[in-house]
Amino acid sequence: MLAKRIIPCLDVRDGKVVKGVQFRNHEIIGDIVPLAEQYAKAGADELVFYDITASSDRRVVDKSWVSRIAQVIDIPFCVAGGIKSVEDAGRILEMGADKISINSPALTNPDLINQLHDIYGQQCVVIGIDSFYNEESGRYDVYKFTGDAARTQQTRWHTVDWIKEVQQRGAGEIVLNCMNQDGVRKGYDIKQLSAVREVCQVPLIASGGAGAIEHFTQVFQDADVDGALAASVFHKGIIDMQELKDTLSSQGIPMRRRHQR
Amino acid sequence: MTQKIVIVNTGCANISSVRFALERLGVSVDVSDNLSVIKGADKVFLPGVGSAFAAMGSIESKQLSDTLRSLTQPVLGVCLGMQLMVETSDETNDGVIQCLGLMPGHVARLQAGELRLPHMGWNTITPQQDSPLFKGIPADTYFYFVHSFAVPVYEKTLATCEYGQRFSAALQSDNFFGVQFHPERSGEAGAQLLTNFVEM
Repeated sequence: MLAKRIIPCLDVRDGKVVKGVQFRNHEIIGDIVPLAEQYAKAGADELVFYDITASSDRRVVDKSWVSRIAQVIDIPFCVAGGIKSVEDAGRILEMGADKISINSPALTNPDLINQLHDIYGQQCVVIGIDSFYNEESGRYDVYKFTGDAARTQQTRWHTVDWIKEVQQRGAGEIVLNCMNQDGVRKGYDIKQLSAVREVCQVPLIASGGAGAIEHFTQVFQDADVDGALAASVFHKGIIDMQELKDTLSSQGIPMRRRHQR
Repeated sequence: MTQKIVIVNTGCANISSVRFALERLGVSVDVSDNLSVIKGADKVFLPGVGSAFAAMGSIESKQLSDTLRSLTQPVLGVCLGMQLMVETSDETNDGVIQCLGLMPGHVARLQAGELRLPHMGWNTITPQQDSPLFKGIPADTYFYFVHSFAVPVYEKTLATCEYGQRFSAALQSDNFFGVQFHPERSGEAGAQLLTNFVEM
């Protein structure tokens, strides 16, 4: 039976892993490669690396760490941030990443999704979506350039419409970052994720809000997501990976058991 | 034991991760599209991700097909590399595409029913008990899968997996082996399988 995935997310800035609260005020957590290795050994099912500065400040970003991670990690990993073209994606995949995740550049140039699908295949095309619940309008709206507070802007897309659009263009997986919840550890946005699940036929990964083991239980049982992404609870040691997986498993949520060599 | 391990340079994207996984086992590898280098290898890996159409185009432009068919040493196809080993695939915009034909078989879209595609994540397999490729790997071991097309279960099936339907998680025909999952990204289980193949 296909296991549900637990996915630590490592935000990367200038070659270091950082963590902010609601996309702001980043603090340094540690070096990328040892942290990645530590999570793989702890039983993570997959890793995501977000280069959070790349999309918004237009410089050429050093991505040589991708290759260093690929050398030591024996679980799949995805790289996000600053991938604006087919060539950018190709370089990351050649360095050994399994998937590339596109967020703001897909909003600027939606045809990029089709091109990536046609050249590298649907399986490696992940679309990251930063979605914000607007209390006044009662709607979920898609935002871009969220890596930089000064440039963050609302797009014309409602989240559910954008989800439909990216699937039609060839997305292989969707990571939904619920911005209201990000970094505050009060639980995933079950209501939004459930609404998105109804229109999402590709794997859906929940992101933003994990603070306790029961939040993972809720998101798998109530929103039927395929994976749950979290950062600070793992970085700060609030949740132990093995305890999390044992608990979810005992609740009937399928979790990968490690192979004993 | 100094073996010559060669990864066929199919121009596909998972070559680095297969190479790194083998290097973690302490074996050295060459990535090559040179016909005599491939022929002279003790073990050959055929990697691949992406579409069958694009991969076959790359293999044909490098004139590798006849060499691959002539190999008598153990060959391991990984993911799309496995799918390329059979005769035909539905993974093309217009009808059916010819694959390498290293063994009989056909690749069809996974009939996942209500389940999401691609089939992405860790799933359990059931291997044939006496296979050297799965030595030390019991039934219900998790491997990492990412695919939307699959080879149905038939006489060349070496291991099965279930996702909406039962399909071939691994194939074998004589010296040709293939795995639908990614051993290079399957943790300890993947390392065991790669070790088994290298030591074959």
